[in-house]
Amino acid sequence: MTPISLPRPILLLAVVALALFPLAASTFYVQLGAKIMILAIFALSLDLLVGHSGMISFGHAAYFGVAAYALALISPKYEAANLWLTLPAAMGVSALAALIIGFFVVRTTGVYFIMVTLAFAQMLYAVFHDTKAGGGSDGIYIYVRPELALAGWKPLDLENPTQFYYLALIFLIVVYVFLNRVLQATFGRALAGIRLNEQRMRSIGFPVFAYKLGAFVLAGALAGLAGYLAACQFGFVNPDILAWQQSGIVLMMVILGGMGRLHGAVLGAFSYVVLQEALSAPPLVGAYAKHWQLALGGLIVLIVLSLPRGIGGLLDGTLRRKNRPGEIP
Amino acid sequence: MFYLIQLLNAVQYGLLLFLLSSGLTLIFGILGVINLAHGSFYMIGAYLAYWLAKLTGNFWLAIPLAIAIAFAIGLVLEIALIRRLYRRDHLYQVLLTFGLILVFEELRSIFFGDEVHGVATPKLLDFSIPLTDTLSYPVYRLFVTVVCLAIAALLYWTIYKTRIGMMIRAGNSNREMAASLGINVPLLFTGVFAAGMALTALAGAIAAPISSVFPGMGNQILIICFVVVVIGGIGSINGALIASLAIGFADTLGKVIAAEYSAIAVYLVMALILLWRPQGIGNQA
Repeated sequence: MTPISLPRPILLLAVVALALFPLAASTFYVQLGAKIMILAIFALSLDLLVGHSGMISFGHAAYFGVAAYALALISPKYEAANLWLTLPAAMGVSALAALIIGFFVVRTTGVYFIMVTLAFAQMLYAVFHDTKAGGGSDGIYIYVRPELALAGWKPLDLENPTQFYYLALIFLIVVYVFLNRVLQATFGRALAGIRLNEQRMRSIGFPVFAYKLGAFVLAGALAGLAGYLAACQFGFVNPDILAWQQSGIVLMMVILGGMGRLHGAVLGAFSYVVLQEALSAPPLVGAYAKHWQLALGGLIVLIVLSLPRGIGGLLDGTLRRKNRPGEIP
Repeated sequence: MFYLIQLLNAVQYGLLLFLLSSGLTLIFGILGVINLAHGSFYMIGAYLAYWLAKLTGNFWLAIPLAIAIAFAIGLVLEIALIRRLYRRDHLYQVLLTFGLILVFEELRSIFFGDEVHGVATPKLLDFSIPLTDTLSYPVYRLFVTVVCLAIAALLYWTIYKTRIGMMIRAGNSNREMAASLGINVPLLFTGVFAAGMALTALAGAIAAPISSVFPGMGNQILIICFVVVVIGGIGSINGALIASLAIGFADTLGKVIAAEYSAIAVYLVMALILLWRPQGIGNQA
């Protein structure tokens, strides 16, 4: 069986390294780091569906974008919103959207599921793009970032990039630990069973539809968390954040890192952002920086053909060899 | 009269969708590949028509050339990439063809830029039939309708009445059995894929004078085609025909009644069909 997470000492090391990173890096890289961690949360939420439940959602950006819009729409214009109120509200809106859409899509399987999740996500895109509800195609600015105030106490100031970085890190750790627990609990075991053989689980008496819908809603809510943080960081939302390209890119992160592994989603987000920065940096690629997606598309094709288990899959081999010294590699 | 025009528009759009979605559903049914790059070929067809019409000065010459080029690209793509996906999970098919979309979009941006370009309606068909004093209907739209109908008929005839069609159907229902009966399945699949891409490009080429050519045009139509295939049922040509016309009407009616919500109406139709018949209207449960 593939290990769903890395051994604890390696994880602790990674957390320490991430915590120390802002001390050594410039503001640009601190912001980039926060962006990577937000995308890692997004990829983790999708991997719950793709890697652990066998549901290939091609419309996951919808729940990311809905929460971002929720923050933009409920934030007062010239003062800070309260994170303790707006974050649960935004995640709640995403969860609700996932519940309603999930009610329709979870009854389909295979290639239907892919097309239907994409179509419903595109419907939400049309809602924000064509109607005036969210500022149309121009989007909305969030002038003041939400505040982390609790009865006068303000532990972190989100206007400060370094402090925002730590907030993203805390959320990433919470989501990682939470998913690790969920996947090892009955719920996660049942999802794994459904992924392998849905008929069997149904005949043993598991309410398959409820489990799948539950996973879909949970994944939607966590994508909403990522979307909320992304809207906080960029201070701007427009329909592009829930466009289907976004859904394709997060799916690519999950595959790139190796699906079905929690650390894979994080690795995938990291690799994707590094790739994007490298491919769109004029010093490296000259005039083609504007067309960086050409190289990205080519790379996706290469990865599918040559690296079916992702970067996380490469790690599996070394981990297993370490765990079982007697095994012939 | 106003409603007659809307009716004609709905039929024309519906038939164009049918041409596209029948290719998508056949390639999925026969090859087992979900091809996101389908929309890219629609775009390729339209841009080739735009470019070749400007180059040769003759729209009628541009169309067969565009078809031939798209067929060639389809051949290369199947042999180099798509062939490796037949036995793999849908997830990888989606991802690889998503990568292809990015490549084709950027190539389009490099060669043709990001502006919207109009394509002139060929002189032969550049007139309108007057219906009342103020309303008239462009002949070119009727021409598109007729071409779509002709191709649909040709498709039916090929699949149900010819030897090649028999092989395609055999390969569709059981790949191994067809191969053991002496059908060269890999060659057949290559041919089907390339022909599907050529047809899609043809749809893009003849639609270009109506819709103009613009960035992202392939993706927009791809998602509508998915809706059609979901409603019609995967692999079902009859289902695709009914669904295409239904979407054509829903979209056209939606634009007349409430333009802002017409895009949403199409998806609501899909949601209702999913509740009623999750396997699509063209397939048995």
